[in-house]
Amino acid sequence: MKKLIAFWSILMKDMKTYYIKPPNVSWGLIFPFAWTLMFFVRSERAIDIRGVLPGVMSLAVLFGTTSMLAVTITFERKSRSFERLLLAPISLNLLMLAKTSGAIIFGILNAMVPAIIASFVVDLSGINWLTTIISIVFIAVTSTFLGLFISVSVSEVFEAQTFSNFVRFPMMFLCGLFIPIERLPVLLRPISYALPLTYGADILKTSINQNGIIPSWISFSVLIGYSLFLFLMSNYNIQKRWIY
Amino acid sequence: MKILEVENLSKNFDGFKAVKEASFSLEKGEIFGFLGPNGAGKTTTINMLTGLARPTSGFIEIAGEDGIKDIKKVQQIIGIVPDESNLYDEMNGLDNLVFCASLYGMDKTKRETRAKNLLEQFGLADTGKKLFKAYSKGMKRKLVIAAGIIHEPPILFLDEPTTGIDVETARQIRRLIQTLNAGGTTIFLTTHYIEEAERLCHRIGFIVEGKIIKIGKTVDLMQETQQVNIIEFTLENDVEPLKELIRKVFTNVNINMIDHFRIRISSPEKIDLMPFMKFFDEKDQLVREAKIIRSSLEEVFVKVTGIEINRMKKEKEKGGGKK
Repeated sequence: MKKLIAFWSILMKDMKTYYIKPPNVSWGLIFPFAWTLMFFVRSERAIDIRGVLPGVMSLAVLFGTTSMLAVTITFERKSRSFERLLLAPISLNLLMLAKTSGAIIFGILNAMVPAIIASFVVDLSGINWLTTIISIVFIAVTSTFLGLFISVSVSEVFEAQTFSNFVRFPMMFLCGLFIPIERLPVLLRPISYALPLTYGADILKTSINQNGIIPSWISFSVLIGYSLFLFLMSNYNIQKRWIY
Repeated sequence: MKILEVENLSKNFDGFKAVKEASFSLEKGEIFGFLGPNGAGKTTTINMLTGLARPTSGFIEIAGEDGIKDIKKVQQIIGIVPDESNLYDEMNGLDNLVFCASLYGMDKTKRETRAKNLLEQFGLADTGKKLFKAYSKGMKRKLVIAAGIIHEPPILFLDEPTTGIDVETARQIRRLIQTLNAGGTTIFLTTHYIEEAERLCHRIGFIVEGKIIKIGKTVDLMQETQQVNIIEFTLENDVEPLKELIRKVFTNVNINMIDHFRIRISSPEKIDLMPFMKFFDEKDQLVREAKIIRSSLEEVFVKVTGIEINRMKKEKEKGGGKK
């Protein structure tokens, strides 16, 4: 019960201090909205809007989650308030889960923005909503842990943002969103298949348009694998760098 | 009864030995002072005792628990007040305390009551709703201490609690430390203010370059220097350029520079004033005052460590050397 109180308090504190602050709410709404508009305006037919929806949702989650962790972790570490959490009688794993839960929720809500906008423009019937929601949760978890890994590997907020961009932008172009993986140069394809977003976007393609190319069980397994790897690496980095 | 025991505690950073086989213990209910210059290993030792640093070797036992393997159990019963604020600028004073209480699993009613009581006790009741970033330095320090004792820990670690704050707040904090101790809290205190350690601590450990060089009861340590005669000269002009020359001329006494205009001469033998007066006169140094100094912990520190207090204070002002 004590652990649950601590977990809940950290989550609520982050929500109040960071996520529901006007700049972040507007970022959470405007950013996916801008993505959505950009892609939807480019789409000439209604069916194209459905076609780009998985990609837009994936990107909204990826950018929403990774951006927030630089603030909630790197900034707190810099201002020494993260030290207070490390000195609390809660395990490092629980602390990391508490610190990332807010970003996961934020990412999931980010993904809803394109879906809500699309619902006004195109017919969204036939979508497997259960799989869609589960896959959004998986993408949010993996992206958040990617953001966590980046945040605990650097010392400054600007480093976290720069490092994030080095990871996010290549991922955006290589995950099959703009160019289908089968049309990418052969040399780049292995990189595409090494990116977690490729699998997240593919599950969404399957659940929304039934045109994914990777079996869903493989995609889910890869996302779970990535999440575990990133979480454990983050734990290792905190222990090595911050509990010196 | 021992509440904390440390044996052969060491910490290396890439070959640099920050703490070298430190061994000491704390009796339940005492205030133990850890004195040393900047970079001596005080904060590294506190970090190892509280779980922010992993010892390279050694053993820590706190209230019967293994302080290395079971650090999370230990953290439930210790309070930590770091040398710099680690609270949240964007939260108000009350919310900061309530949040800190929740980290120890305290339920909502209990943590709110406790937070309000502490704000009252620390004279911050009127500013509880003010954002932490709007607090003055002294108020911030008080709130950080309040956060450290929010869960009523039997052991409290205080790292330089009065550094960089005004005299009145420092006095209030010292009073709070004494009140906490009177209530049964065992306190481990690091400081570079010798007079603070002398006034507050039951026992003191001196640490220099990572090595504990002396531990003892404050009264016993003071007694060691009771036999020493000390005279302090205050001069009209800067005496720093003459420092080395004085040491060469007066080899049978200890010379300690207090600042540019004050110099202390100590010796177990009776000190004859005349040779010094003559020396200063020859060097065109007007002696404004010459007074006998009561033996204090400062002399013990200088004697034991060989470090001039003046240098220690200067180093602290520069603020370097913290891990």
